[in-house]
Amino acid sequence: MELIDKEKVQQHIDSFSNEKVYLHLETTNGAYASHFDESFFSASAYIRNANISYANGKISGDGPYRVGLKLEIGWVYGEGLTHYEVDQQGRLLLAGHGTDGKLAIALELSHTPFDN
Amino acid sequence: MKKERHVLVIFPHPDDEAFGVSGTIASHIDVGTPVTYACLTLGEMGRNLGNPPFATRESLPEIRKSELKNAASVMGITDLRMLGFRDKTIEFETPGRLKNIVLNLISELNPSLVISFYPGYAVHPDHDATGEAVVDALAELPKEQRPVFHAVAFSNNHEEEIGKADVVHDVSNYALLKLDTLRAHASQLAWTLPGLEKAYHDGVQEAVDRLTQERFWTYTTI
Repeated sequence: MELIDKEKVQQHIDSFSNEKVYLHLETTNGAYASHFDESFFSASAYIRNANISYANGKISGDGPYRVGLKLEIGWVYGEGLTHYEVDQQGRLLLAGHGTDGKLAIALELSHTPFDN
Repeated sequence: MKKERHVLVIFPHPDDEAFGVSGTIASHIDVGTPVTYACLTLGEMGRNLGNPPFATRESLPEIRKSELKNAASVMGITDLRMLGFRDKTIEFETPGRLKNIVLNLISELNPSLVISFYPGYAVHPDHDATGEAVVDALAELPKEQRPVFHAVAFSNNHEEEIGKADVVHDVSNYALLKLDTLRAHASQLAWTLPGLEKAYHDGVQEAVDRLTQERFWTYTTI
């Protein structure tokens, strides 16, 4: 993965617009967060292979970045994105990695379903 | 350590065996006992991807599969089963599905000992759900046919609630093998390993204990 280049990522987001795409979106603090610090409030969310389409998608901020996708009847939103890659299957993989190297968020778009 | 007929190890994640039971596994294999390691997922939700990242959310499973195979080979495991579940979803699986998989494994392999997590005392929801499936499976077997269940517990409250481990294996002879098993899971453990390895060689008691003792609770199914 590379550090996000805002213009390039915007072009990739645009290339997925106005068609059915598959979404992977997760945020996580890891399953052990409350084990190591009992005062920590552990929360995460995960959705894989939601089939969506958006007319407008935008990357915003100065880094870490935010991405919002305006759906026909709703929204997708992610914050804390730092890295991106377009993989061999043409999927746009966005991720947010803390300075500790741990993944905190992933937001991915694909024309075909992600492996389950 | 008792000589077993066959040992069945069931954990949800590719590195679950490394800290807690790799010495025990290797010592069973060294005395000629067949060991089957059934690993439910490929740890697809691992977070230690580095900064800069060495893998993506999508490329990680293949990396962890190859690490799991290497770790199995370090321990001498020749029967590794990768069961194709998804990391962090075990507790949400179709009711009974996992229990039936455990029952099928027991029926096929006829183990005298099963090793898994102690339900309720293993921190990660996947760990607890895996241990529960083992408990549910054993409860369906006639008492005289039930293998012994050695459960691994490590939640913050575990000793207060379930007491001290009743089985403690001295695996001092396998401390270096344990380090090599941990090393095989580099994508998850490479960050913590150098510190542990140094502490072990420097004789820091906590690190020595961690690599030379493996603790189990004999779980009695009603």
